[in-house]
Amino acid sequence: MRACFTPLPGWWFRSGSLALLLGVILSHASLAAPITLSDDRGREVVLPKPPQRIVSLLPSLTESICALGGCARLVGVDRHSNWPDAVRALPKVGTLEEASVEGVVALRPDVVLADRSERSVTRLESLGLAVLVFDTTRHDDVRRSLGVLASMLGDAGLATPVWAAIERDLNAATARIPAAVHGQRVYFEVDTAPYAAGESSFIGQTLQRLGLANAVPAALGPFPKLNPEFVVRLQPDVVMGAAESVKAMPRRPGWSAIHALRHGRSCGYPPAVYDLLVRPGPRLGEAAQRLADCVVRLPR
Amino acid sequence: MSQPREGGPQFARHRLAMALAVLSVVLVAAGLGAGSDGWSWPRWDAADAALIVGQIRAPRSLGAWLVGALLGLAGAIAQGLFRNPLADPYLLGSAAGASLAVVLVLAAGSLVGAVTVAGAGATSIVGAAGGLADGLARLGLVGASFVGALGGVMLTLAMARGAQHTARLLLAGVVVGVVLAALGDLVASAAPEALRERQSFLLGSTGFLDWTGVALLAAGLVISLPLAWRLARLLDALTLGEDTAVSLGLAAPRWRLLLVVVLSFATGLAVSQAGLIAFVGLVAPHLVRRFAPATNGYTVVASAAAGGVLLLAADVLARVLIAPQELPVGVVTAVLGGAYLLALLQRTRAA
Repeated sequence: MRACFTPLPGWWFRSGSLALLLGVILSHASLAAPITLSDDRGREVVLPKPPQRIVSLLPSLTESICALGGCARLVGVDRHSNWPDAVRALPKVGTLEEASVEGVVALRPDVVLADRSERSVTRLESLGLAVLVFDTTRHDDVRRSLGVLASMLGDAGLATPVWAAIERDLNAATARIPAAVHGQRVYFEVDTAPYAAGESSFIGQTLQRLGLANAVPAALGPFPKLNPEFVVRLQPDVVMGAAESVKAMPRRPGWSAIHALRHGRSCGYPPAVYDLLVRPGPRLGEAAQRLADCVVRLPR
Repeated sequence: MSQPREGGPQFARHRLAMALAVLSVVLVAAGLGAGSDGWSWPRWDAADAALIVGQIRAPRSLGAWLVGALLGLAGAIAQGLFRNPLADPYLLGSAAGASLAVVLVLAAGSLVGAVTVAGAGATSIVGAAGGLADGLARLGLVGASFVGALGGVMLTLAMARGAQHTARLLLAGVVVGVVLAALGDLVASAAPEALRERQSFLLGSTGFLDWTGVALLAAGLVISLPLAWRLARLLDALTLGEDTAVSLGLAAPRWRLLLVVVLSFATGLAVSQAGLIAFVGLVAPHLVRRFAPATNGYTVVASAAAGGVLLLAADVLARVLIAPQELPVGVVTAVLGGAYLLALLQRTRAA
């Protein structure tokens, strides 16, 4: 019983004050503190300090870093990254699916940002590089990855204005859609196979946000490969896609019977704009504006 | 003629011919009913039945059969010519040649597209460049892959200095295939925009076959099938060995060359309409020989029918299995054909 009332030993006080002292020092030197980030694999990645040399292997992540003001810290990107102009001059280290491991390592990055489908991740990690893996398929993913990237750059607050700007653009674009167009069913083609953007993709989410309906049933998932006949039977009210594909659509068997194509209710986007539309990144809001640009011009 | 004896080889040949004919008709009928909502027999009173069935399902089904037939025919010629059961229509560089040509057109198209965007000021230049891009797209992938397939085979023939020596021809074909495929990779890595479409070409697709395509394919089959049937005697002679064929006066290089031409023409035509569909050309002749061993004349013609049945069956499956979504037809043929070959290997080992 007596032990319960034993006064606390002296070492407790000493270590306690030591911890307090450490805490004070750390809070004053927060830049030097290690940053613990959890990526979309659920893995904890610890960086000793905000990275100064970043390699991005996905265009949308490249765009996010630049939108957060970290463009100057990028030292290498994948070969599809082409926005903003500043990244065009950076070393290119591979295609979307497979980065050049040697190319990445030679850049001595503090951190590598990659998509979940990136095949070089395991190899890069086994070579001792810190790799953050992201899922970027929906609006939430964009928001979450902006948050993680902002913390990584050393200031979690950076993400707030970027996301606010996206929201502002999304709202502005929505406001521009004429009431008469609300609920019209859009077929958005992402590949000539043909693959469509379904309701659960980020493109589908943007269309929904604009007050447009998706011609493709939600049950088919984010990017279903459709039977071409199905699109003819759907008779979408509006057809969207890359300019080249939309121009060639009436020549596909039976597709000339699609009313939207016959009456010019289609939006074919030139490559630069199309890039913007199919990247789930900080230009989501601008993408919505470009969609709205075409929708307001459609013949009634 | 008396009725063929049951169990005899002639009976087997008749039975296979009948089975293939019946299957072809049944599958074409199935192809008319297989659509984006699974099985839907068309309601003939519906206004869009003519469109859906007449403009989409009918040419697609007939086209798939014809593409399969050309590949089966080419496969039988290739296996006879090289006396090698592993030979397939893509062996002589036609596949790599076609895919290189496709990548070149896609890369050129995106290049012209970029120029069009960059020179948005001068309208006449834009018009001309746009017209060029449009023309390329129109002649497009169909013409390019046909020319590419023939080009690949011609390169192989040039490297093998003609078709006298089958071993040299085979080796040249493999080398040309590897080199052209590597060049295709090179172009694709320089113009990444071409990658996606190249991928769908490599997988093969029957989804966009139209009546023009069907007419071209049918004309191709009408030209190449009788030629192949006539030349099959040479293949028979070759099975006895090259020396015997020479001594029979049947192995004249020009006949062999003509066989290579028929083979590559049929392959090029099939590839130009449907991309690189795997396994049909390899499996169809095996199927025929398994059920009805015969001379090459019969094998060549029956392989065409078997190839048609195989590809059409795969196409119908690709349409209905996860309708209204679609499986890539090349994947279905690879799975079906691969499974069949494995089963065949098992049986051969057991025997």
